Amino acid sequence: MNDLRHRIHHNGGLLAAIGLFIVMFIIYVSNHPVGLTAAVATTASNKAVLLALVAMAQTLPVLTRGLDLSVGMVFILANCLASVLVVGTIGEGFAGIALVLGVGALAGFINGAIIVWGRLQPIITTLATGAVYYGIALYVRPGPGGDVQSDIADFATGQLFGIIPTALVVLLAIVLIVWLPYRNSVLGRAAYAVGSNEQAAYMSGVPVQRAKLLAYTLAGLLAAIGGLMLTFNTYSGEASAPIASTYTLNSIAAVVIGGTSLFGGWGSAVGSIFGAFVLRTIEDLLFVFDLDPLWQPLFQGVVLLAAVSLGALRVLRIRNRLELFA
Amino acid sequence: MSESKLPVSTIPALRFAFDRSLVIAFACIILMLLGGALYSREFLSPEYLLQQLQISAFLGIIASGAMMVILIGHIDLSIPWTVTLGAMMATAVAGWFGETGNLIAIPVGILCGAMVGLLNGLGVAYLRLPSMIFTLGMNAVVQGLMVLHTGGFAPQDHATDAMHFLAVGRPIFGIPNALLIWVVVGAFTIFLLTRTAFGRRVYAVGNREAAAYLSGVNTNAVIIWCFVLSGAAAAFAGVLLAGYSTKAYQAMGDPYLLPAIAAVVLGGTNILGGRGNYLGTIAGVILITLLQSILAVMQMPEAGRQIIYGVVILVMLLAYGRGEIDRK
Repeated sequence: MNDLRHRIHHNGGLLAAIGLFIVMFIIYVSNHPVGLTAAVATTASNKAVLLALVAMAQTLPVLTRGLDLSVGMVFILANCLASVLVVGTIGEGFAGIALVLGVGALAGFINGAIIVWGRLQPIITTLATGAVYYGIALYVRPGPGGDVQSDIADFATGQLFGIIPTALVVLLAIVLIVWLPYRNSVLGRAAYAVGSNEQAAYMSGVPVQRAKLLAYTLAGLLAAIGGLMLTFNTYSGEASAPIASTYTLNSIAAVVIGGTSLFGGWGSAVGSIFGAFVLRTIEDLLFVFDLDPLWQPLFQGVVLLAAVSLGALRVLRIRNRLELFA
Repeated sequence: MSESKLPVSTIPALRFAFDRSLVIAFACIILMLLGGALYSREFLSPEYLLQQLQISAFLGIIASGAMMVILIGHIDLSIPWTVTLGAMMATAVAGWFGETGNLIAIPVGILCGAMVGLLNGLGVAYLRLPSMIFTLGMNAVVQGLMVLHTGGFAPQDHATDAMHFLAVGRPIFGIPNALLIWVVVGAFTIFLLTRTAFGRRVYAVGNREAAAYLSGVNTNAVIIWCFVLSGAAAAFAGVLLAGYSTKAYQAMGDPYLLPAIAAVVLGGTNILGGRGNYLGTIAGVILITLLQSILAVMQMPEAGRQIIYGVVILVMLLAYGRGEIDRK
């Protein structure tokens, strides 16, 4: 009983995000003119999985008390690369996918290397590397266009057994193959320790540098998976700075809504997935309720601001004013 | 005791001279000009230099505000749409109120930016939200407001004569007005930072807010004022940019966020707050403007420009010296 209460308390942010998502999704489906069909679910999940993957990517550096402002750019870079490399036969397509994922991981590793060995601040480092990655994306694809291996793309954006959206299965697979092993590995737990207190972690013999390097490298990899899924959805690549920055910003918001602390050491990538789902459902809700398109950006902004302001509840719990400044 | 017996280190002008990042930044500016001169002699002509200073004035004004916020250890990511807000509200007010509108256009634009800054400051100071995420949300809200504003009311979008004059006029010895305005804004910032109690408090809050609070500093007020100054500066730059391009348009502030932060950081201001001086920011702003200009003159495609831009920022920051390792 105590164990259960402890677990609920420990995962409060995650549970709140899941609850919020379920409520909003029920409202969405019950107001949708068609209702919950496989097609509606597939469209919704194809869109939501993109942000969910980028939000997962953002979570890892945030857990180490860092930040990755280049996730959106890596996402776009993978999109542009995939529109060039993932073509031809199915075999060539998979080779291209491996290459794109490798580039994503390399981009993340470069971020980590500069932060760990160059000892620059994550914000400014990833702001600058983001410009570089965007430049490379623009070099690969100066104008929108390109193509993608259609068999793989159709499979990844379609349905399994005619019902289950494949994108959701892909997301679940990534949670099972990447996130959970990482979370339970030495370096994964080290990432939490580093985020809580870097000095204490170092003094306790935690591999601080390797933990940070791995967190940023995996962030690059996850963002690249997101970029691949984007390519499968659009069948083309586009080096668009607005899309990149929108995804970066929304990924931070999704991380916060999902209960991960921006001060590091607390939270999970699963929370971020539901944070991303919440953000996406808000957009869909605006659509089914037929809100005047002019009002939509303002409404989204207010919701975003309100969602992140939930973090202010922390202030109420603080007993000693000095803890505020930590 | 006579003035000359004061220790050298208390004279700010001399302290600047030994700042490593400042020396590197100014050396890079000179190198870039010389390198550009090899490419074309035009790079050293007074006309080109004045034009560069005129263009850098807009970035300089934005960076002045951004620096105040960075000095207290926060960051203002709402700059892009605050710039656009300043421009759009100024032109709209001029359209709504005719003659009086022309008079109050510029102050109203700046005031709108200050309001955004006030909200940012309240959120960061009292709600204790990370500035990065709160100003990001604020940016989205202002964007929404501006989409509604332009779409719903179809306001006037062309700049008034006064705005145009301030941005491109050159009445005094051919010196651009925009540059003179940056000089005034810069002088005010230097005065604020080095000659007032408020400036001392800014550095104190940036170094350790808890210590500043225990020493009796109203740290929340300092935070709020810094964000107000940042919002006002961004909106003022937006007003001038509208005058420069003769109209206000959506997303006109988007290209200024990264350069403004980069200019402040390249100028040697610590991104974690508490350290930095305005002379460095001036160097950073000129550096960024020159870099952009040279890449444009060389007709480098956008892709190459972005890559070089990012690499230069990284290499310079690494040259400034790596951060202290946090494990004493």
